[in-house]
Amino acid sequence: MSVQSNVEVHTEWGIVSARQAGRNLAKELGFSSVDQARITTAISELARNIYLYAEKGEIIIESVERMQSTGRKKGIKITAKDEGPGIKNIRQVMEDGFTTSGGLGAGLPGVKRLMDEFDIDSIAGEGTEITTIKWNS
Amino acid sequence: MADSFSLMQEQYTKILKKYLEEKNETGLYHAQQFSKKVLENQISPEEVVSLHLDALEKYFPDLPQGVFDSFEFLLEVMMGYGMAYREHQSLRDKQKELETEINVAASMQQTFLPKEIPSVDALDVGVISVPASKMSGDYYHFIKDDNDCIGVAIADIIGKGVPAALCMSMIKYAMDSLPEQRLQPGALLDNLNRVVEQNVASNMFITMMYGSYDPRVHHFYYSGAGHEPGFYYHYDTDTFEELYAKGLVLGIKRDTTFREYHKKVEPGDFIVLLSDGVTECRTDDGFIEREELTRLIRKYKHLPAQEIVDNVFYQLEKLQGFQLRDDFSLIILRRKV
Ligand SMILES: Nc1ncnc2c1ncn2[C@@H]1O[C@H](COP(=O)(O)OP(=O)(O)OP(=O)(O)O)[C@@H](O)[C@H]1O
Ligand SMILES: [Mg+2]
Repeated sequence: MSVQSNVEVHTEWGIVSARQAGRNLAKELGFSSVDQARITTAISELARNIYLYAEKGEIIIESVERMQSTGRKKGIKITAKDEGPGIKNIRQVMEDGFTTSGGLGAGLPGVKRLMDEFDIDSIAGEGTEITTIKWNS
Repeated sequence: MADSFSLMQEQYTKILKKYLEEKNETGLYHAQQFSKKVLENQISPEEVVSLHLDALEKYFPDLPQGVFDSFEFLLEVMMGYGMAYREHQSLRDKQKELETEINVAASMQQTFLPKEIPSVDALDVGVISVPASKMSGDYYHFIKDDNDCIGVAIADIIGKGVPAALCMSMIKYAMDSLPEQRLQPGALLDNLNRVVEQNVASNMFITMMYGSYDPRVHHFYYSGAGHEPGFYYHYDTDTFEELYAKGLVLGIKRDTTFREYHKKVEPGDFIVLLSDGVTECRTDDGFIEREELTRLIRKYKHLPAQEIVDNVFYQLEKLQGFQLRDDFSLIILRRKV
């Protein structure tokens, strides 16, 4: 199974579509409703950042697998990509309490905590790429 | 985690079922106890909603679909709380880490203070220095030279907590590096002022009173850098006099000179040095008066110097409801009778 959805994010509509695509795949992969909510929340946060700070970009949603001693593990991988202004000080934005919205756990550190894996690459002036994975336990 | 979660799930279903059957206060009491357990097990708000949803599905499978859907909706609404909850947990861990670091720093800071007060036959010395929080912005220092002359310093870094403590460690090393002038208070402050002016951030100010006592002739020489005046107690007349030394706060102006003052110390006389945390001791009626302080010292003056400072501290601490608002340091040097 290598379903992959690419959702263009340019409007708030795009955010909703990305959530929808994420939820569909999460359901298909058998994630619980709590995990579905976590995954879609993470997608929302990433997509909103694209919409707010980069104007446009895309969210790619795909399933991933990993072999483990206990068997095959399945997960959902979300990639948020844009060619916007990039993030100058990544370390600072990954700190709690930095978000412009006054924090309360949201923003990128919040996404990192909701998910199992989180990776961010950003170059000022070139763009941002964030990938994050949630494994189905 | 998964195990404890399924255990919680089981228990939640059980107590909910029981409550729905009996609808009494016992059931609600169980719910309240359960909420403690939820926190203990670090279960976040959206998971609680899902516990409820699962229990409903199990116990009332025939409820209208809309009921289940509404809980899915609620679950989404609770996500914000869930994220805030996680942040709270991580901030709490961070705070614990910080506290541990500060504890280590505070015990390091303690090693900057003299481990013991030098003893000379002619003098009875009492010292107390208590930080308002973990780290102190007060500093004191004693040295004794080969002639049994005693040098004593009391300094107050304006500000509190960690920044003041960092500054205080600077002062300690600065003092250690100026051994020659130890017994000439004016010259010592001149030099120290230069060090502070060059090395300490311009928004940090340090006040200091430095004195040196020569037990061979019983003279006390002292100079001050904007420091809270102390007191001089005359034994023969049983009176207190202000021990004031004019001088600029350290670090303000490079070429400052500090005037040296002098007192002839008679048997039974004593010198009181203090930090402003002593006089700025605040009660509900405002700051205490300096007279209040001399009244307290007088009350205990028949005791050894250490017991005087301990008692005065205890009384002032009590006046403030055992909550210090500023670092507190009090030193008494008394010429034995
Ligand atoms: N895709 C992006 N492109 C450029 N800058 C970004 C991007 N994503 C985030 N940033 C920058 O990183 C900062 C932190 O983002 P984060 O999502 O953590 O918080 P926020 O968007 O400010 O507030 P919140 O998400 O809590 O409403 C943003 O304020 C923005 O400056
Ligand atoms: Mg954001």
